[in-house]
Amino acid sequence: MTDTTSRTASRASRAAAPKPVRGPWLTNRRRRLLTGLALVTPALAVVTVFFIVPLIMTFWMSLHDWPLLGEHRFIGLDNYRRAFQDSEWLHAIRFTLEYTLIITPVLLIVALALAFLVHRGGRAARVFQSVFFLPVVIGFAAAAYLWLYLAQPGLGPLSDLAAKLGIAGRDTNWFATATSGLLLVCLMVVWKVAGMQMVLLLSGLQSIPVEVNEAALIDGAGPWKTFRYVTVPLLRPTLALVLVFSVAGSLLAFDQFYIMTSGGPSNGTITAVYQIYRTSFINFELGYGAALSAMLMVVLAAVSALQMLLLRKTDN
Amino acid sequence: MDTLTDVRRSLPRAAWWAACLCVSVLVLYPLYVMLSQSLKSGAEAAENPPTMYPHQLSVDNYKALQDTGQYGIWQHVGNSLAVAGGATLLTVALATLAGYGFAKLRFRGSGVLFFIILATFMIPFQAIITPLFSILHGLGLSNTLLGLTLVYTTFQLPFGIFLMRNSFASLPAGIEEAAFIDGCGFFGAMTRVLLPVAVPGLISTALFTFFTCWNEFFAALILITDESKFTLPVTLTVLASNQLGTLNWGIMQAGVAVTAIPCIVLYLLLQRYYVAGLVAGSVK
Repeated sequence: MTDTTSRTASRASRAAAPKPVRGPWLTNRRRRLLTGLALVTPALAVVTVFFIVPLIMTFWMSLHDWPLLGEHRFIGLDNYRRAFQDSEWLHAIRFTLEYTLIITPVLLIVALALAFLVHRGGRAARVFQSVFFLPVVIGFAAAAYLWLYLAQPGLGPLSDLAAKLGIAGRDTNWFATATSGLLLVCLMVVWKVAGMQMVLLLSGLQSIPVEVNEAALIDGAGPWKTFRYVTVPLLRPTLALVLVFSVAGSLLAFDQFYIMTSGGPSNGTITAVYQIYRTSFINFELGYGAALSAMLMVVLAAVSALQMLLLRKTDN
Repeated sequence: MDTLTDVRRSLPRAAWWAACLCVSVLVLYPLYVMLSQSLKSGAEAAENPPTMYPHQLSVDNYKALQDTGQYGIWQHVGNSLAVAGGATLLTVALATLAGYGFAKLRFRGSGVLFFIILATFMIPFQAIITPLFSILHGLGLSNTLLGLTLVYTTFQLPFGIFLMRNSFASLPAGIEEAAFIDGCGFFGAMTRVLLPVAVPGLISTALFTFFTCWNEFFAALILITDESKFTLPVTLTVLASNQLGTLNWGIMQAGVAVTAIPCIVLYLLLQRYYVAGLVAGSVK
């Protein structure tokens, strides 16, 4: 206490001495700047070294032939030219987009249904909300290994269930084709992520005043019309947010495919990030990997921008 | 009549309960399987078709975790704790300082700096992993837990700073002024007056960072190459690959349980802060 007191006092007297009239005000501002800078500098330093520098380096490296060991060589835009003719990369992009197109609407519908189910409920509804959210806190890796077991031919309870329901034989290998592998990954992702979107949607639903819905009902709009013309427009900011999260997350998918399908069969389920991983850290072509990363960044930015634009347009 | 969103009111009470219970079963069933499979004896865990519950409870799978892979599971638990705990402490410390700076000291240039830090939100680290690997190598931090901790901290900071800035900004300016009049400096005001009020934001930040880092897989897989330094999620790949062909799903699920259960327990204890932070952080 005495320490801080004396420090403040000495600081004040030091600053007050040269300019007695405007002194205190100027000092305050300068002190504000210095203290402010001192407070944000540690965070800023970390962000600079581990985010801003690598971000700029991504573009710099993408213009080079950059092996893990040995000299790197400037090759201009060759990496990008190569990427546009790289069938593996193009397939990875297409597969990632397919996965995104499938998982996004499914997740949103499930999450909306869950949110409606527990919206404006009492204590029981809050307990169910916690239960539905539970898989969110488990990591993707743990969830993927759990579902990998669930779907094991013969051994897994899911295969057992499929056999009992007559959907497929007990020993069907769900990971034998890219399509059924993708289906399983989607099931796992819905299980793991729907609760998260539910919570976000609930926060949006709760911000809609009850009176608005009641007014629509009194005016003779049916439940569906009230939903379509009152709830959805008012929920639009939340829906936009959830969609951006969902699409960005899906475009960056890696863990679930690395663990559950290993990208197979015959590279059929390699995603964009998976291909970047293979390029940079299996083949050690760091320059080419950086070029693919830069392309992914552009795609991500474009998708986000497009989504925002579309959502704004339908707003008018 | 009720709207579509008020399912609870429009459905008969019994139907609502039935629907919620059905969804709960679907959600909880995989978690039940994880536990039951991990508690089966070795022979039972490999049965085809699988048994619905462990006919003979056994903790052998958990004991076997210690002998699977080159290093015991405790080493990997320790690694995960060190990385997630370290990143949490660092994120909370840096985010509190910066959050206070951005909220209470609107100094010249603070808007630009805040924007730069928030930009980290928009570009995912998966996209810059290649140069990140090179930079860590250049700093002599490749294949170290410290390097991984710093990378995690970087990508948790924007969220933390955002949350902490909001926590501090919601406090009336009078509180800190009173503290200054009472003779506190900026740090005195912070530790004695402001921080106690900002505790909910602090817990949200800490909890969120810890969960994310404990569960992170991609960066840990790439940046750590030495098995002795693997964190738990990457250790699962060792459990899966070490005995390929005769993969022991009992041990595998015991590993999954060791990774997942701490998160579930923490969540159940502190879910209020977790969900509040999630909502506050996303509705930017």
